[in-house]
Amino acid sequence: MKGSLIILSFFVLGLILGLTRFLPTTLLEGNFSIYALYLLMFLVGIGIGTDRDSWKVIKQVNIKIILVPLSVIVGSLIGVSAVSVFLSNINFGEAMAVGAGFGYYSLSSVMITEFHGETLGVIALLSNIIREILTLLATPLFVRYFGKLAGIASGGATAMDTTMPIIVQYSGKEYAIIAVFSGIVLTILVPVIVPLILQFL
Amino acid sequence: MLLDIIIVLSIMILGIGIGLFIGNRPKIIKVVGVLTSFAIFLLLFLLGIGVGTNDKIIKNLHSIGLQALVLTLGAILGSLICAWATYKFFFKTGK
Repeated sequence: MKGSLIILSFFVLGLILGLTRFLPTTLLEGNFSIYALYLLMFLVGIGIGTDRDSWKVIKQVNIKIILVPLSVIVGSLIGVSAVSVFLSNINFGEAMAVGAGFGYYSLSSVMITEFHGETLGVIALLSNIIREILTLLATPLFVRYFGKLAGIASGGATAMDTTMPIIVQYSGKEYAIIAVFSGIVLTILVPVIVPLILQFL
Repeated sequence: MLLDIIIVLSIMILGIGIGLFIGNRPKIIKVVGVLTSFAIFLLLFLLGIGVGTNDKIIKNLHSIGLQALVLTLGAILGSLICAWATYKFFFKTGK
């Protein structure tokens, strides 16, 4: 949660500077956010590669556990497609790209901004932040009505870190490993699925 | 655009390879974590600037927020229903 606030404050700081045009023009004209994205992807890759605990978790997993992130992927994509009917400005594929962020708002919003457009990028940022916040707030309710995987499903990629404590609290310690596994799989898949969907737009 | 996506994914895979090679070195992992945070801060800062200077977005901010909320509710509800089915058929009986 603290991390989200810091990230959001950087966004807001940029927003204010942009609104007031209190900026050197080179910063506006330069297209160096794509290079920053390259750097981020490289670092994210190293992060995944060096994360021995994650690889261990993935190795000791049985078939059944794979169904959890799969449910999140299928459910999220069907869910956003269904509600996109009510949104006149957003088509089917754009909705799926936003949904495929699975709560990983920093990476999904940046990728969508670079590869599709700023408006959808902002929608992805807000939507995926709301996903994390709602998970933190409503997991007790979700677990009561949708079973013990509910918090993990709602949290998506965040189930491995920011929303994990609340998931464990309401589903039990035995669900911690499933939460971490599902979160890791989704985190790794976000940079693959989001561009894949955008490719077909 | 396809080229950009291929470049981005290749860079990530390169990173994973290097990460696997580096292995368990807490100091490097820590530095990479800090740098990752800074890269995210920078990108979101730049996105903020892009949004702030984009009148089309600023004028429609309330509608953008609403669209984001609707998409989130769809994504969460869809996930919850699928996870409920998975729990009922594969997890609950096993316990």
